[in-house]
Amino acid sequence: MLRRLHKDQPASFAFTPANYVWAQGQISKYPAGRQASAIIPLLWRAQEQEGWLSRPAIEHVANMLGLAYIRALEVATFYFMFQLQPVGSVAHVQICGTTSCMICGAEDLIAVCKELISSSAHTLSADGKFSWEEVECMGACANAPMAQIGKDYYEDLTAAKLRDLIARFSNGEVPVPGPQNGRYAAEPLSGLTSLKEFDSGRQQYNASAQRAVDLHDTVKRIDGTEVPTTTPWLAKANVKQSDDAKSAAAKATPRAANPAADAQTATGKQPAALIAPRSGLADDLQKIEGIGPALEKLLNGLGVFHFDQMASWGSDEIAWIDGNLKGFRGRASRDKWVAQAKLIGEVGMEEFLIRAKTKNY
Amino acid sequence: MLKDQDRIFTNLYGMHDRTLAGAKKRGHWDGTAGLIALGRDKIIEIMKASGLRGRGGAGFPTGLKWSFMPKQSDGRPAYLVINADESEPGTCKDREIMRHDPHTLIEGALIASFAMNANACYIYIRGEYIREREALQAAIDECYEDGLIGKNAAKSGFDFDLYLHHGAGAYICGEETALLESLEGKKGMPRMKPPFPAGSGLYGCPTTVNNVESIAVVPTILRRGAEWFAGFGRPNNAGTKLFGISGHVNNPCVVEEVMSITLRELLETHCGGVRGGWKNIKAVIPGGSSVPMLNAAQCEDAIMDFDWLREQRSGLGTAAVIVMDQSTDVIKAIWRLSKFYKHESCGQCTPCREGTGWMMRVMDRLVKGEAEVEEIDMLLSVTKQVEGHTICALGDAAAWPIQGLVRHFRDEIEDRIKAKKTGRISAIAAE
Repeated sequence: MLRRLHKDQPASFAFTPANYVWAQGQISKYPAGRQASAIIPLLWRAQEQEGWLSRPAIEHVANMLGLAYIRALEVATFYFMFQLQPVGSVAHVQICGTTSCMICGAEDLIAVCKELISSSAHTLSADGKFSWEEVECMGACANAPMAQIGKDYYEDLTAAKLRDLIARFSNGEVPVPGPQNGRYAAEPLSGLTSLKEFDSGRQQYNASAQRAVDLHDTVKRIDGTEVPTTTPWLAKANVKQSDDAKSAAAKATPRAANPAADAQTATGKQPAALIAPRSGLADDLQKIEGIGPALEKLLNGLGVFHFDQMASWGSDEIAWIDGNLKGFRGRASRDKWVAQAKLIGEVGMEEFLIRAKTKNY
Repeated sequence: MLKDQDRIFTNLYGMHDRTLAGAKKRGHWDGTAGLIALGRDKIIEIMKASGLRGRGGAGFPTGLKWSFMPKQSDGRPAYLVINADESEPGTCKDREIMRHDPHTLIEGALIASFAMNANACYIYIRGEYIREREALQAAIDECYEDGLIGKNAAKSGFDFDLYLHHGAGAYICGEETALLESLEGKKGMPRMKPPFPAGSGLYGCPTTVNNVESIAVVPTILRRGAEWFAGFGRPNNAGTKLFGISGHVNNPCVVEEVMSITLRELLETHCGGVRGGWKNIKAVIPGGSSVPMLNAAQCEDAIMDFDWLREQRSGLGTAAVIVMDQSTDVIKAIWRLSKFYKHESCGQCTPCREGTGWMMRVMDRLVKGEAEVEEIDMLLSVTKQVEGHTICALGDAAAWPIQGLVRHFRDEIEDRIKAKKTGRISAIAAE
């Protein structure tokens, strides 16, 4: 199945403050320099917040983790839970269609989706409230057939029950998830055949359904305030640091040390910035190999307008610039901007352009 | 039938108190520090003696796997990674552990990590299990709160951190090296072996990947002794096992039973028998989608363990039993698995990426009967060319169900093709 970014993309994406705190908590689960590990949880939270995964969201997460955009795009397109196109405003209905569910009637459920939602998968219903798809085994086979509506499993379904569920969602209700045929969890429907003496002190619903009921509105978009963020492992952060420090320090790249990309990062030292070009005339920074219109704009935004400014950068300043080129991290050092700028000062533009053809700088 | 007092998962259905306090009442977290005080070598020795074989499908002896981890660290940390990416079609057992009996898993993670000198453990749970993830995280938080994990875990002097990580819907991430790739934030594409994870796994450090059930049974085995566990099942197939039964039985369910139970006893004791009676059985997939099916004759005396099923050219896999009665279109059932494997092939190895598509398309024609009889052998030959020619076992897993189908139901496939040719509608095609 081809997985491409949607043709219509929103202009921007940002995590809500609570989701941002949550995301930082996730990053803290991994050793220093290994924050790329958090990409799936972060992309998933971005999707929970917006309903689907847009290009700005993927780029935002890549920036937070110090990853090249292509790495984040690879992940977003590889994993099937990431919805790369808008989904129904109320819920996305995922019908498990693999063998266990199929032989128990999943095809009837798919027929209901085609009738009530849309004739093809990944397409919004006429009222925009729903979308659907057939997914591979969801791991609830003893409760087949089943569907994941929003984030919850609705199990032991029939076509009529699914019809009813969709109608109730459409009316603004949030039906109780879990088995829809009177079972509690994955025990035999006719009654317990084992663990009989343990049938006591039970909560009203099984663990999955109970959590959903406690959360009330489970299909709403997540802003991070629903469940408190817990990071109990941080209590002993110092101990962990010493364990992992040796391997992490060796592997951490300079840009990887800047997980919070949106705020300007602390690595290095910001070079002296100008508010405007001297005498109102900026140098044509695009003459430098590796700088195009986008980077020139970015540099101007950081107060850099002249070749002599760049020629004066030391290693601290280069590190800072490298870390703050949003979307172009590391370019200043990779493309040797400082050496190029110095050369322009020394030999003049004409000579530079000749030497630049053979990258002789 | 297994007695209730011999069951490890005493809250499998979540009907009892699911909190830490409830788990303690049922005997979990009892004297954990004492178990850790046994020491690494002793714990591994007991695990080997118990005969526990990995519960994730391959059936590799768990104690032996642990013993591959380096005895002395060379400066790199070691990791335990628990594979909770339960996505093998038919399998739904780990879900019940994680949402209803999570403390068996957390305590097992602590002890197993200690046994392999890992101060950190990651649980990789499949992305779709959202509430299960929340339930498990809540249980982990409880344990941190209570000092059972974290610094000086359970007052054993051992520092241990447990992190819950999740995937995003890729079956391939159940393969251990693909899981590690995914945990490192990459596409889940399996790695070449060697190096094996015990030498170079997560972040290039020594790593052991174990299934949820394999880890969750550890504390009880240590508490009750290797002999107790080894006392269930036939030799080399020890212990109790969670079976997930789905499909055409009267009461599909997940249940813990002894290894080497007969299929018939399993279905009739817990599932109310096959829909329409035992004689109505047509085929059974005994261990999740990757293993070849059994036909009705084999089901008569089928014994649910690793060795018996292997002798029948099938396998126990994850003990996910999919039962199909006479009304089932078995060709279509296997076609759906072919579609599954085509969908889930990661695309790294050509024989699998292309082969799964070919197999699905030929299966598609066999379902409709719009094929030549010779194509059955052509299909078999394709399965043989995929099998064994890929980095991971997904290629094999895609090939085996088809081989099983052709072995047992060749007549039915041929009948359908002939019926289509002559324009007659056979009894089966009329379904």
